[in-house]
Amino acid sequence: MSVEQLEIRNLHVSVAGEPILRGVDLVLPKGEVHALMGPNGSGKSTLSKVIAGDPVYEVTDGDILLNGDSILEMEPDERARAGLYLAFQYPVEVPGVSIANFLRLAINARRGEDDEIGVMDFYNKITDAVKTLNWDDSIIERHLHEGFSGGEKKRSEILQLLVLEPKFAMLDETDSGLDVDALKVVSQGVNAARGENFGALVITHYQRLLNYIVPDKVHVMHKGKIVKTGDKELAMELDQKGYDWIKETVAA
Amino acid sequence: MSDAANLQGMQHEKQYDFNLPETYFYRSEKGLNKRVVEKISYMKEEPEWMLKFRLRALEIAEKKGRPKWGPDLSKLNFDEIYFYTRPNEQGGTTNDWDEIPEEVRETYRRLGIPEAEQRILAGVGAQYESEMVYHSLKEEWEKLGVVFLDTDTGLKEYPEVFKEHFATVIPPEDNYFAAVNSAVWSGGSFVYVPAGVEIEVPLQAYFLLNAQSSGQFERTLIIGEPGSKFHYIEGCTAPAYNTESFHSGVIEIICKEESQVRYTTIQNWSHNVYNLVTQRAMVHKNASMGWLDGNLGSKVTMKYPSCYLLEEGARGEILSIAFATDGQHQDAGGKVVHAAPNTSSSIVSKSISKGTGRSSYRGLVDIHEGARNARSNVECDALLLDDTAKTDTYPYIQINEKTAHVGHEASVSKLNDEQIFYLQSRGLGEAEAAALIVRGFLEPVAKELPLEYAVELNRLIELEMEGSVG
Repeated sequence: MSVEQLEIRNLHVSVAGEPILRGVDLVLPKGEVHALMGPNGSGKSTLSKVIAGDPVYEVTDGDILLNGDSILEMEPDERARAGLYLAFQYPVEVPGVSIANFLRLAINARRGEDDEIGVMDFYNKITDAVKTLNWDDSIIERHLHEGFSGGEKKRSEILQLLVLEPKFAMLDETDSGLDVDALKVVSQGVNAARGENFGALVITHYQRLLNYIVPDKVHVMHKGKIVKTGDKELAMELDQKGYDWIKETVAA
Repeated sequence: MSDAANLQGMQHEKQYDFNLPETYFYRSEKGLNKRVVEKISYMKEEPEWMLKFRLRALEIAEKKGRPKWGPDLSKLNFDEIYFYTRPNEQGGTTNDWDEIPEEVRETYRRLGIPEAEQRILAGVGAQYESEMVYHSLKEEWEKLGVVFLDTDTGLKEYPEVFKEHFATVIPPEDNYFAAVNSAVWSGGSFVYVPAGVEIEVPLQAYFLLNAQSSGQFERTLIIGEPGSKFHYIEGCTAPAYNTESFHSGVIEIICKEESQVRYTTIQNWSHNVYNLVTQRAMVHKNASMGWLDGNLGSKVTMKYPSCYLLEEGARGEILSIAFATDGQHQDAGGKVVHAAPNTSSSIVSKSISKGTGRSSYRGLVDIHEGARNARSNVECDALLLDDTAKTDTYPYIQINEKTAHVGHEASVSKLNDEQIFYLQSRGLGEAEAAALIVRGFLEPVAKELPLEYAVELNRLIELEMEGSVG
């Protein structure tokens, strides 16, 4: 039996022929939360989208393994059903599709054809998640991100995470554009998901988020590679010294 | 046709393609001529005035010729079409389910109609071939004086009210296909709702076409007396055939003072049917008319539900859905004529084109001089699912009144890869994701449908979408 973990092995990725990731190695064991930090353009968001299977990106070398098996040949929906989740930095709008209807379909996509979730089970699940995020029940009838503020979109991503219960989640700059109150609510949601069956890769530019979601490890990315890994103190150090410090360290 | 397209056709057929043995009591010779028209009228034992009306309509059709605009109709050959068939011995309608031939009932079972009836469907009229064979109507409606019959019976039982209104909304001179229908019409619904009567549960009719090359020329006449309020629904799921088939209905609605009438139809003709329908409402003082017109299936559809706002305060609403897949042309939209002050209207059109399908929006807003403060708003949105799919719009607007307010918005969008990826990243398969986007696109119109029709529409869309992406 292989270890339950998400493993990135020497991953090289290009978009339109332009290399973005240049050999990423990272292991996220089950039950742990890791932070992925780094300056703009270092490849953090790309990594999260490649793991989710965004067809825009081309994997030129290396592998991504979920519990020991490569997922590179899997469609994005197969990866999702296998337990992966991406909280998008900029979630799209899907007009006319209510959050409730969409999440019911998404849950049923994970279940057998004759095993659709019961109405009450679903209702309880989604209203629990809504409560965790201090939201109003009426949100579930709104159309997916139509007319949502930036903060509401981020909250929707965490709502979906709570309802879909993935094994490994990538949170792509979930803190960007949030005020402190919204940041606390979103963190509350992620912390509620934490447990021995949930691992997360929290991508952020700033240390601020990590006051609320305390990571087990911190990785720093630069020019398409992980250049430094440490514990949560590394995030503090980065915050004080700035990313130039990393760039100098790597150059040295 | 590609293999993929064939496969898709098969998936579609799994649900809707059945062609049970054809049993006729009478079938006309092929083609359209005076003999056929006379025979139809004779078989139906019609009054003299109706025979004269039919023959006059035939003359008009022969003089007029086919329209020179719109979709290609060159393959529609009248010499190959039966213009009249009648399936049962009685030739009339029955309220008794057991009297309906077993194979007809089998067809209905496959369409789920008895189940629908088990729910609270109040009155079900169903048309098999060119005749009503099954009809039921709730008792309390009869007490209220509501008439809901097939049109042939309506003519027999209510000759005066019938003659007074028939062909007053759409005379045979109106257009070629209305003239053809006037000459050979058979079946359809006759609805009369007396003054002040409000009906909560929709009146529903199911139409069904099931003989090779048989024409279907239903003639529906709906009369809403002053202050009445009701909703009529026509659903249609046609089986498939081998040769070209032709459907040309005429639907006339009269909304008298202060009445509120809605007409809803979701049509899913098999992919070889020419579906050329004229449907129009005359809307009187402070009355309102709402059309919800959904067009899936068929080879060519030409359909422009219309509201003539004749008197002050009249309102008209037209909601149109069109879904064109491989080899199909949906030419749909709406027409509103504002002929009086303080009239208002809106047209919302949502079209989807897939594969080599083509959807056209064709609409008219005509505001007459003196229609002071008339207001109209038109919104037409097109969604293209493939690079090979086509869409076009023909929005005609004529304004002869300075105080009128007219708004028009149009949009064309393509199936968005980012939306697909997002939905896939939540576990939905690619086709399911695309179907969900399509349903969301249609939602502003579909939400106006009664629940069972919304469910049916979703199922049809899923069938149309299977294997459509990737």
